[in-house]
Amino acid sequence: MATVEVTFTPLPAHVRTARLVATAVARRSGVDEALLDEVRLAVGEACSRAVEAHRRHCPAEPVRIEMTDQDERFVVTVSDHAPTAPGRPAPPATASDSAGHDGAVRDGAGHDGDGYDGGSAIPAGFGLAVISGLADDVRVLSTSSGVSVRMSWPSTAGTS
Amino acid sequence: MDLKLGHYNKDGIEVVDVEGEIDVYTAPRLRELLIDLVNKNNYQLVVNMEKVEFLDSTGLGVLVGGLKRVRAHDGSLDLVCTQERILKIFRITGLTKVFGIHDTVDQAIAAKKSEK
Repeated sequence: MATVEVTFTPLPAHVRTARLVATAVARRSGVDEALLDEVRLAVGEACSRAVEAHRRHCPAEPVRIEMTDQDERFVVTVSDHAPTAPGRPAPPATASDSAGHDGAVRDGAGHDGDGYDGGSAIPAGFGLAVISGLADDVRVLSTSSGVSVRMSWPSTAGTS
Repeated sequence: MDLKLGHYNKDGIEVVDVEGEIDVYTAPRLRELLIDLVNKNNYQLVVNMEKVEFLDSTGLGVLVGGLKRVRAHDGSLDLVCTQERILKIFRITGLTKVFGIHDTVDQAIAAKKSEK
């Protein structure tokens, strides 16, 4: 069972709230202060990706975040329920492999470009690439019912 | 904190002051401002990020988009930033090689003038 579980309507305005909650829970879980900025940014990136996926595919469905203390790690899982559409490539198994694999993220995170006008100022998949640069343990799992981004950082809370 | 935007002209260079958080919610406002400035023939831009508290990939996309727009007119977009937590995301993404990043607005303006 997650230590803290948050669901929110897939609106960009709520991503900030999600970041703040994740940072607060990370601090309480004993994540080093020096890592909190990384947690905040990585969770924000994962939530932004999920929000964009929901806005395109299932705007009525909430985005879910689970935060857990597990084996001296603070684990955050951000899950979307956007179906994998035909022709929408699955994301890589791990974000560490994701920097150049951007098909799914392009589809799922239109924010990655230059705003919302469909421009591509930066490559799709940028968000996941940023996450992989921030968290030393990142896994991206794709199923027919959505994508989960699982990230973890060392903490002192131990097993919950 | 929400996003606060302001801009002024100094020595023919448009300086954009950004304060607060640049994320998926607020970045479109910065994007609109940069587009508006370019549409008004401002092709030499300095974005002062000293008071930016948070920047994600959406914000990076907007900055890169602004850079592309001014470069289309032989202009440039430089940044002012000394905050390590903001600079880190530029380093992770390799964008330190794309943007001129300066410690102060005056340094950014001086660098632009020396380029001319």
